Amino acid sequence: MSASPIISGWLRPDGSKGIRNTLLVVYLVECAHHVAREIQFPFREADVHLIGFGGCYPNDYSFRMMQALCTHSNVGGVLLVSLGCEGFHRAELLSAIRATGRPVELMVIQGEGGTRTTIAKGREWVQSAREKLAAVQRVPMDPSELIVGTVCGGSDGTSGITANPGIGRAFDRLVADGARCIFEETGELIGCEQIMAARAATPELGGILTASVEKAARYYATLGHGSFAPGNADGGLTTQEEKSMGAYSKSGSSPISGLIKPGDIPKSGGLYLLDVVPDGEVRFGFPNINDNAEIAELIACGSHIILFATGRGSVVGSAISPVIKVCANPETYRRLRDDMDIDAGRILEGHGTLDEVGNEIFQCVCDIAAAKRTASESLGHQEFVLGYKSFEPIGPSCHPTY
Amino acid sequence: MVSPILLSPADNIVVLPAAVSAGTSVLIDDANVTLTEDIALGHKVARRPIAVGEKILKYGVAIGSATRAIEAGEHVHLHNMKSDYLPTYTLAKERAFSA
Repeated sequence: MSASPIISGWLRPDGSKGIRNTLLVVYLVECAHHVAREIQFPFREADVHLIGFGGCYPNDYSFRMMQALCTHSNVGGVLLVSLGCEGFHRAELLSAIRATGRPVELMVIQGEGGTRTTIAKGREWVQSAREKLAAVQRVPMDPSELIVGTVCGGSDGTSGITANPGIGRAFDRLVADGARCIFEETGELIGCEQIMAARAATPELGGILTASVEKAARYYATLGHGSFAPGNADGGLTTQEEKSMGAYSKSGSSPISGLIKPGDIPKSGGLYLLDVVPDGEVRFGFPNINDNAEIAELIACGSHIILFATGRGSVVGSAISPVIKVCANPETYRRLRDDMDIDAGRILEGHGTLDEVGNEIFQCVCDIAAAKRTASESLGHQEFVLGYKSFEPIGPSCHPTY
Repeated sequence: MVSPILLSPADNIVVLPAAVSAGTSVLIDDANVTLTEDIALGHKVARRPIAVGEKILKYGVAIGSATRAIEAGEHVHLHNMKSDYLPTYTLAKERAFSA
C-alpha cells in the first residue's frame, strides 16, 4: 500500500481546514435562482458552486443548514442572492458568515435594479472574491483531521455485500486514525436498531439510537412509503429491513460515539449516526426527497468528503464536498465506468477481497483530499437540494464521549 | 459453476454473485441445485425449503416473512415474501428498467 499523500488544506479563520476552496453563489428563494445561476455559470468549472433554498417561508432548519453550508471548511467565500421580499433571514445569514472572516456579499435583486444589473454586479464580485480566495493560506492536514460522511443510493442486492461493507472497512480505519465519520438515514436502519444500539458508547446513547430509528419507522409508516425505490426491488432487494441491513454495513464495526442532527459538527474523532428524520408530528412530507438531500445534510455536519455506495448506478455529485462513488455491482461498473471511482463489485467476480476494497477506498479518500478530482467532480456534477424540516436540538446524552 | 454467497451460517437464503439462466445449476451447501427460472445478479435463492410465515434470514437477521411455501433453489423475492415493517413499493413490470 502506498503512503498517504500530503494533504494541503485551506486554513479558515476559525481554525478548520478545508480540502477544497469553493466560492458559493446562493439563492435565498426560487425567485432568485435564475439570477444566481447566471452569475455562477461562467465560473462553473472554476470551483464556484451554486446552492440555494427554494421556499419563501422561513424555517429554522433550512436557516441552520444554510449557515452550516456557507461556513463549511471547504467554502472560502459566499455571494448571497435575494429577491427581496422572501421570508429567509438574509441579514442574519450575512452576519453569521461575515463573523467567520470569509468574504461575503448580499445582493438583493429588487434593490440592485433587476436581473441584468444583479448578474453583472454579481459576476464582478465573484471575480474579485476569487482573487481573495487564491490568497488563502495552505497548511498540512492529516487524514485524521477529515470528516467523512457516507450515503447509499440506487441500492441493489450487491450493495450490502460489496460496496457498503467495503466502506465500513474504510470507516473502521478512519475512525481508528481519529477521523470523524458519519453514517445516516435512520429510515434505512429500520430492523437494525437493536444490533446498532449494542454498539453505542453508553447504554443511554443506545436508547437514543433505538428511539431515532423507531421515530423513523413511525414517520415512514404515516407517509405510507419506506426509504425504498422501485429500482431497489429490480436489483434484488425485497424489503425495507433487507435494504437496511445492507445500508447498516457502511457503518463498519467501530463503537458509535454519538447521535447528531443536520448542522451539528462532531467535535471529536469517532463514528456518529446522523438523525435525518424530523422531530414531532409529520410535517413537510418525506424526510429526504432524494439522495442529494441526504448528502447536503452530511455536508452541513462538516463532511469534507462523501462516500456514496451505489448498485444500480447513481451518477450524482454535490456542491461543496467531493462525492466518491463506490460501485457495488460489477455489471453497473462496466456500464457506467466514467461515473464511478471504485469498483467494489469486482469482489463478486473473484477479483479482490473486502479488505482490499476497504483499503482502496481509504486511499481514495486521501487522494481526493489531496486535490485529486472525483469522477463526479470531473463531469461537472454539483447537485444540491434543500427543503423544509423541523428538529429539536440534541441533548448532552447524544454525545457522551465529549 | 456459480457459487451463491452465504452471508451468515444462520441464513435460509443465498445471494447470486452473477446472473443465472433457467436450467443452470448452482452450488448451494456443496449440492447442485438447478434453477427453474432466470435470476439476476444480487437476487436471493432459497437455501432450503421455507414454510409459509417463516422468517427469511439474511446476514443472520430476519428481513421479512415467507408469504407461501418456498422450495430450495427457488427465487425469493416480492412474490413469496414480505416485509414485517413496511409495504414495498414497485413500478409495474413494463415500466421497470431492465438491465
